Amino acid sequence: MGEPHKTMQLSGWGRMRPEPCRTYRPERLRDCAPVFSDPTPDTLIARGYGRSYGDAAVNAAGVVDMTRLNRMRSFDPVSGILECESGVSLEEIIDAFLPNGFFLPVTPGTKFVTVGGAIANDVHGKNHHCDGTFSRFVRELELLTASSEVLLCSPESNADIFWATVGGIGLTGCILSAKIQLMRVPSAYISVDYHRCANLDAALAAMEERDGAYPYSVAWVDCLAEGNTLGRSVLMHGRHAEPKDLDRRQADRPYAVQTAHKLPVPFNFPGFFLNSWSVQAFNNWFYNKHPDLEHVIVDYDRFFYPLDSILQWNRMYGKRGFVQYQATMPLEHAAGLTKLLEALSASKRASFLAVLKRFGEQGPGLLSYPFKGYTLALDIPNHGDITQFLRDLDRMVLDHGGRLYLAKDACMSRQSFEAAYPRLSEFRAIKERLDPKGRFSSSMARRLGLTVQKEAEHG
Amino acid sequence: MADHNNLSRKAAVILGGASAVARYLALEFAKDGYDLVLADFDRDENERIAADIRTRTGRRCVPMFFDALAFDTHEGFVRECESVLGQAPEGVVLCFGFMPEQLAAQADFSLARRSIDTNFTGAVSILERYAAIFEARRHGFIAAISSVAGDRGRKANYLYGAAKGGLTRYLEGLRNRLHAAKVAVITIKPGFMDTKMTYGMPLPAPLVATPPQAARVMYAAIRKRKNNVHVLWFWRFIMIIIRHIPEWQFKKMSV
Ligand SMILES: Cc1cc2nc3c(=O)[nH]c(=O)nc-3n(C[C@H](O)[C@H](O)[C@H](O)COP(=O)(O)OP(=O)(O)OC[C@H]3O[C@@H](n4cnc5c(N)ncnc54)[C@H](O)[C@@H]3O)c2cc1C
Ligand SMILES: NC(=O)c1ccc[n+]([C@@H]2O[C@H](COP(=O)([O-])OP(=O)(O)OC[C@H]3O[C@@H](n4cnc5c(N)ncnc54)[C@H](OP(=O)(O)O)[C@@H]3O)[C@@H](O)[C@H]2O)c1
Repeated sequence: MGEPHKTMQLSGWGRMRPEPCRTYRPERLRDCAPVFSDPTPDTLIARGYGRSYGDAAVNAAGVVDMTRLNRMRSFDPVSGILECESGVSLEEIIDAFLPNGFFLPVTPGTKFVTVGGAIANDVHGKNHHCDGTFSRFVRELELLTASSEVLLCSPESNADIFWATVGGIGLTGCILSAKIQLMRVPSAYISVDYHRCANLDAALAAMEERDGAYPYSVAWVDCLAEGNTLGRSVLMHGRHAEPKDLDRRQADRPYAVQTAHKLPVPFNFPGFFLNSWSVQAFNNWFYNKHPDLEHVIVDYDRFFYPLDSILQWNRMYGKRGFVQYQATMPLEHAAGLTKLLEALSASKRASFLAVLKRFGEQGPGLLSYPFKGYTLALDIPNHGDITQFLRDLDRMVLDHGGRLYLAKDACMSRQSFEAAYPRLSEFRAIKERLDPKGRFSSSMARRLGLTVQKEAEHG
Repeated sequence: MADHNNLSRKAAVILGGASAVARYLALEFAKDGYDLVLADFDRDENERIAADIRTRTGRRCVPMFFDALAFDTHEGFVRECESVLGQAPEGVVLCFGFMPEQLAAQADFSLARRSIDTNFTGAVSILERYAAIFEARRHGFIAAISSVAGDRGRKANYLYGAAKGGLTRYLEGLRNRLHAAKVAVITIKPGFMDTKMTYGMPLPAPLVATPPQAARVMYAAIRKRKNNVHVLWFWRFIMIIIRHIPEWQFKKMSV
């Protein structure tokens, strides 16, 4: 018996391999500690909105849904610091503070993620080359550990635990709350410059040349283009629009945006819905729709969260789901990107969205993902022998000194993981110290050998 | 809605303010410019929620201790609210409730009694006081969350349902009385809501409303001064059918 729970089929956003998980959902902060000390489940993992694509927040023995712990505690308009419980979503933060001129200093491509999830994957956004990851703006967090202690962690105190928790995919404990630095913005709009690049080399050159002048930069890549158009892309550079950039209607209310009506995808589309022809058609349309234009005013929702207007868009890939593959390679190994794109193009595995970005410097998070290099993220529908195909890609990535992102990964092998994350042993040491019995665990943790050493040795 | 605009400030009192729906309902009020008193007997959580509403909206939101079962404190509570707000509130929303586990309440009268005392007697005790103030002032609203469980007694939860049924009848009478004084009485029947009360019950997902969704519907109904509201429209039809099953048949059923 123990705390109230129910069994739910949970997977990541890619919808591959759902597992029946015993799921708890504390409604009040006070209900949290009893759940985490309930002896019935052997292991537990916190879960936010399940926007990680793989199995980071999946654990049959016990999952704790944190989304009801979403009280905001205080906001100081002078310092811009918000203190809130970890289940607050980025959408809620925008809704509450954009009208007062504050925005998230770092945001991923969806606003349906929790603060806890954003910290646990140390997420990055289109401004990584300037501003780094989410954790740079986390001033402090409260961590409920395996020994039922609540630790205050920050870059100043319990710093080692802080940097293990940031990007630590929930394995150091449960983040109860955090203090986050918000950023003042001049409006709710972004001024975007579009630049078409005929192939990958042109795109990389353009990023290198222009990124420095803009806080936001990302390129959309046509993965189906081949030969000398391989990697043709539309580069999008943006900055927050000043009131003078806006038209009259927008300038009157610079922080008010009519958010797009949300379209649900009510059921799984048939598996053939997204095939190489339909995606090719879309990609051609997209490329041709964006000639080089400057100062295009776009609201924050369309710029940062283009997919959020279609709820549950992941159902478009049909019942078998899909894999989101994100690889980063060091600047000097950009040739690896060409290989990756060639492999995808040759396999005709349609990728609706492929996104390319140049990352800035690596942060101090032990398992934090981004490092200086190029990152490419794409969707691969789950059909045919996907495992073998992914293994081939993994090898290419490793051979070029690259690595995969845990927020996206569902298939990587333990060997690839260990080879690609150089600070893993530091993380393990802290995990062992904080959680010697391996109370916090997930399907991903077991797959990658990230539980306690004892278990890890047996694989 | 014209008449409340000449009040200096819009203010409302939310009773049972720490419940999931009450919280989102309070947020709707605050977003619309209301000052609030949030009253609950879970002091700690009530304060967290009041802070949340202040942080999100910048409105005034004062947490106050309120125990529906302590009838003799209700008069004092009403006066204290007035002094905190500087005036009597425009309206009051009753969200507290207590649902005992049916079998446990059959075995233990104190649980059955707590259901009746909270859902019915406690509601009457506090609402009568506001009714008198609003009637004399000739404006205001009283909204209360009752339940479809009160529309027909069922073996699965009649010790909760009977108390809510009593509440529904009470609100009907109150509406009739206060009509002449232009005071609106709004009876809300949520159907199922996805809260602590129902988490883990095997309920069909389309019949269950999320707390923010339920709160938006409730707030719109309060603004429009509706008499009776179902949060999800089809509950009305489900209940019409359930109410029309003849008793000789109904008594044999397990619904
Ligand atoms: C459309 C889309 C676009 C995206 N774009 C980006 C992007 O641009 N950049 C980027 O970095 N990511 C991106 N992501 C990934 C996403 O930002 C991350 O996976 C994020 O962590 C999801 O947060 P969540 O609240 O859904 O957490 P979940 O996916 O539910 O959980 C993620 C991890 O956080 C842990 N966790 C959650 N809450 C807590 C807590 N309270 N305490 C401790 N651990 C916790 C879980 O255990 C799990 O390991 C995107 C995802 C989607 C679907
Ligand atoms: N959930 C549903 O499906 C559903 C369906 C129909 C109707 N309702 C009704 O909707 C309302 C809100 O319910 P909910 O689901 O959100 O459940 P809930 O969270 O349990 O809400 C009940 C609230 O009332 C408070 N309360 C209980 N006894 C009290 C007392 N003596 N004095 C003051 N406050 C008291 C509770 O405080 P504590 O939490 O501290 O005990 C809690 O905040 C209730 O009236 C309920 O009957 C719910």
